[in-house]
Amino acid sequence: MSESTATLTVPPGARGETGTTARSGRAIVWIFLAPTLIGLGLFNLVPIVGSFVLAFFRWDIISDPVFVGVDNFVDLAMNPTVRVSFLNTIGFVIVAVILQLTVALVLAILVQSKMPTWLRTFFRSSLFFPLILSAASVSLIMAYLFNQEFGLVNQTLNLIGIADVGWLTTGLGAKVVVLLVYVWQNFGFTFLLFIGGLAAIPSEVYEASSLDGAAGWTQFRMITLPLVSPTLLVASVMAIINALQIFDQPWVLTRGGPGDETRTAVMVIYESAFRELDFGGASAIGIVLTLLIMLVTAIQFRLSRRFVFYG
Amino acid sequence: MTTTIITKRSWAQTLGTGGKFVILGLAAFLTLGPVVWTFVTALSPTDSVTQEVTVGFGAFADVFTKIPLWLYAWNSALVVMLVAAGQMLSAAMAGYVFAKFEFRSKKLLFALILATMMVPLQVTIVPVFMLVRGMGLADTLLALIVPALPTAFGTFLMRQYFMGIPTELGEAAQLDGAGPWRTFFGVYLPLATPALAIVGILAFNYHWNEFFRPLIMTISDQNFTLPLGLVTLQGNLGTGSISTVLAGVILSMIPALLVFFFGQKPLREGLTAGVGK
Repeated sequence: MSESTATLTVPPGARGETGTTARSGRAIVWIFLAPTLIGLGLFNLVPIVGSFVLAFFRWDIISDPVFVGVDNFVDLAMNPTVRVSFLNTIGFVIVAVILQLTVALVLAILVQSKMPTWLRTFFRSSLFFPLILSAASVSLIMAYLFNQEFGLVNQTLNLIGIADVGWLTTGLGAKVVVLLVYVWQNFGFTFLLFIGGLAAIPSEVYEASSLDGAAGWTQFRMITLPLVSPTLLVASVMAIINALQIFDQPWVLTRGGPGDETRTAVMVIYESAFRELDFGGASAIGIVLTLLIMLVTAIQFRLSRRFVFYG
Repeated sequence: MTTTIITKRSWAQTLGTGGKFVILGLAAFLTLGPVVWTFVTALSPTDSVTQEVTVGFGAFADVFTKIPLWLYAWNSALVVMLVAAGQMLSAAMAGYVFAKFEFRSKKLLFALILATMMVPLQVTIVPVFMLVRGMGLADTLLALIVPALPTAFGTFLMRQYFMGIPTELGEAAQLDGAGPWRTFFGVYLPLATPALAIVGILAFNYHWNEFFRPLIMTISDQNFTLPLGLVTLQGNLGTGSISTVLAGVILSMIPALLVFFFGQKPLREGLTAGVGK
């Protein structure tokens, strides 16, 4: 779970402003704001501007920066590794997010259905458990489970007569493993959001629709899906933004390989800056990634006007 | 006739309920299974020469000889404690001001703070690295701590929470002669413990597990945090013992597990409340 993704928390009882202390311009305002304003300004706002400026320079940190105009952007468009890494990232995001949202929604609906409280608590806790682990730990564990020679996955497949699969050594295999490991670790966050969304649907709505003879799929399509759609929007925006930034899992599992098969956009930012000392080039890739995130988010909010139902 | 229909329906219902538990059980098995396997494998290392399996904590002891685990754990703990404490305090102060005071450019500042949440870390990492280097903090733990102290999300969360606490409380305290500091630290802050807990837990979870920033900001291995240290454990061993790496993974999980058990309720309630509105 990334820090920037958790959102929309309203404590019980917080319905709106209950009034503010009227006296303004007091020193306490600025003293209390100072740590946050200075910190975020220095480590977020200034670097954003810095990245935009840097993207137009060639700089290796040792010699003086040289203004190169849009050269960095031209270079990254021509660079096959960069192109492949962006295509990998986009493909990864599409599959990972669809999988993550589907799995999380189905499991959230099942967990919220009728069952003993202790059992619900057990399922709910076990399903979001992977969230608390570090991506590095998870990737280390999974690297062994998917090991071609002695991994448990291939051993199990052998039992049912399937020969060893080169999970981390073939392009397709490595892509599948990175995807599964990522979704395994991250669907829990979406799952938590859906539990909140589902809990907010009044049970009377279901009772009324049952009286009208609706059940199962019809009930899901006509009631659950529209009423959970605001949560679906939030969850999908956050899932996409997170997935676009994938780094830890492919780094630990494959280092981007075999070849460039699991190289991601963020991995190329890291390698350009801190391996090749091409800070301008790395910034340019960062800018393109940000624009991509903004574009996708904007499209989502546009689409949401047609599909999201605010009851 | 009626009986048949009822029987049929209850059959379908039973099948539905059964299917539900099969799917949930399978999902729980898939999330917990790999972790259980990790425990079992760490507790039953195979000798690389004799291929004999011995049950015991040998692999756990090996971790400490292969990598300076205590040092990495201490580094991680130091970073996490200072970041969590700093975030709780700075977010509470800023959130309180945004919830309870009127001042010039309040809306603009708040919007600006929220906007910083939208920008991915990777975009700012190069300038942040240079800033940190310029401040003489490169390859120190402070490089991980200082930039992480302010939190936009925490500020947002604390503001929401403080808005739910009646302003009359503060006014009453002021009538009793409490100054602005006493009003905040004596009245409002204690009431905001649940929200503070969420900020703290999220900070712990994120920074205890963080990999990308430490990978960039730290160079010498005496400054590594746990996730980095574990990955070097894998690298050092090469074809060595899986059990040792997995024992290291488990040791690094223990604090996270504790926080999970004690913190999951406030976290779940904090994260899910109000989302579906």
